[in-house]
Amino acid sequence: MNLLEKLDAAAAARKAQLPTGLSAFGIPIEEIYSPTEARIGDRHILLLGTNNYLGLSFAPECREAAHEAIDKEGTGTTGSRMANGNYSGHRALEIEFADFYQCRSCIVFTTGYQANLGTISGLIGAGDVALIDGDSHASIYDGCILSGADIIRFRHNDMVDLEKRLRRLGDRSRNTLIIVEGIYSMLGDQASLAEIVNLKNAYNSTLLLDEAHSLGVLGETGQGLVEKTGLINEVDFITGTFSKSLCGVGGYCVSNHPQLDQLRYVSHPYIFTASPSPATIAATRAALRLLRNGSKLREQLWRNARQLYSHLKMLGYQVGPEPGPVVAVILDNPQQALALWNGLLENGIYVNLILPPAAPEGKSLVRCSVNAAHTFEQIEHVCRTFTMLHSSLAR
Amino acid sequence: MVEIKQEDILHLLCERLASFANAELEITPETNLITQLAIDSIKLLNLIMELEDNFDISIPLNALADVLTVRDLANLIYRIKAVPK
Repeated sequence: MNLLEKLDAAAAARKAQLPTGLSAFGIPIEEIYSPTEARIGDRHILLLGTNNYLGLSFAPECREAAHEAIDKEGTGTTGSRMANGNYSGHRALEIEFADFYQCRSCIVFTTGYQANLGTISGLIGAGDVALIDGDSHASIYDGCILSGADIIRFRHNDMVDLEKRLRRLGDRSRNTLIIVEGIYSMLGDQASLAEIVNLKNAYNSTLLLDEAHSLGVLGETGQGLVEKTGLINEVDFITGTFSKSLCGVGGYCVSNHPQLDQLRYVSHPYIFTASPSPATIAATRAALRLLRNGSKLREQLWRNARQLYSHLKMLGYQVGPEPGPVVAVILDNPQQALALWNGLLENGIYVNLILPPAAPEGKSLVRCSVNAAHTFEQIEHVCRTFTMLHSSLAR
Repeated sequence: MVEIKQEDILHLLCERLASFANAELEITPETNLITQLAIDSIKLLNLIMELEDNFDISIPLNALADVLTVRDLANLIYRIKAVPK
């Protein structure tokens, strides 16, 4: 099979999963009206599949900051942080993130994906070990591959399995980076951080926590799982993204280890890419201020999350292990998931469809993401639609 | 601790992998895991975790890149098992 034939085979497998004409992936959104509404085709749609957890995508403070930055600094930096793309805004955002976490330092990356890629591949290398949760995001897997370290998975959130694998490593556990996520994007559940920290300390390993989905969502000031659990001083490195609660594009790593700054000189995903645009940095700085003071937004977000989660559970849908902004409906096969996804879209609700092998354990997911801008009535509409579709799915 | 032999690992693997093959296919050390068995990436990862528990080892994902046949997998398990902790 030549290179192009391999792509043809992959395309054929994809088409076999999806009926002709139904484009569940990369569906074009024609117009965005608000953090919760848009137009898809000629239909007005309720958005229930974004990562806009605090609903800040239209926040006037962020829009004004972005406009002003474009007027003052232009549309792009045209260069890397190591060359001509290192503006005062990038440095200011790093100082503000370090202050937010009360950490020694921060590095800002151009995307959240690159934050994991750059941090992981800078921290570990050949001969070291990456010990990662099986449900980790692709950026974690790819960062580990780029590093050249040995990659060992432990069963998702299974502390017995994690301990077993640390024990099997023997002395190598000292050169092991354990990588977990604050909230897992597939099922919406949270890492068992206290137990992970205990194991990390017992085996003298290093811990990286990705707060991509938990930034702005967990903790009094929205730091994430580290704040909710009070374990910020026990986690060695925290990564995250601007593209979810902060409604921008970019990523970060914060740490109290002075060695973090050395990553700027060894991390290719940091060095060999253009820095974030002035508008992105300015909007993110404004969004971070809103996030820090966003306890009311978090309260609304969690009310919405509990409302949807408890309703779906009451109906008998199989959902993730705990309530949260990511509410995943777990289905046994792609056909059921497609039918539910399509039924929701026909009723004006956009959610994410996730099919094997992207979904865990060979299952399929219809993944809903609620945000703080959803109204009680909008969530009620979603609940009613799920009720209606549940009876038709059961037939 | 009783030392396990390479042939024992191979024998165990052939037995375990039979469930992924149709009845006519005899599993041999040279059977290709991907092209001759009905085993997708998820089933393979689950099988690897089962083998890890069976032999009390961890198999790095990157080491699997060189594994094509049943014998390759047996050799990998043997090598990992032989490394002193």
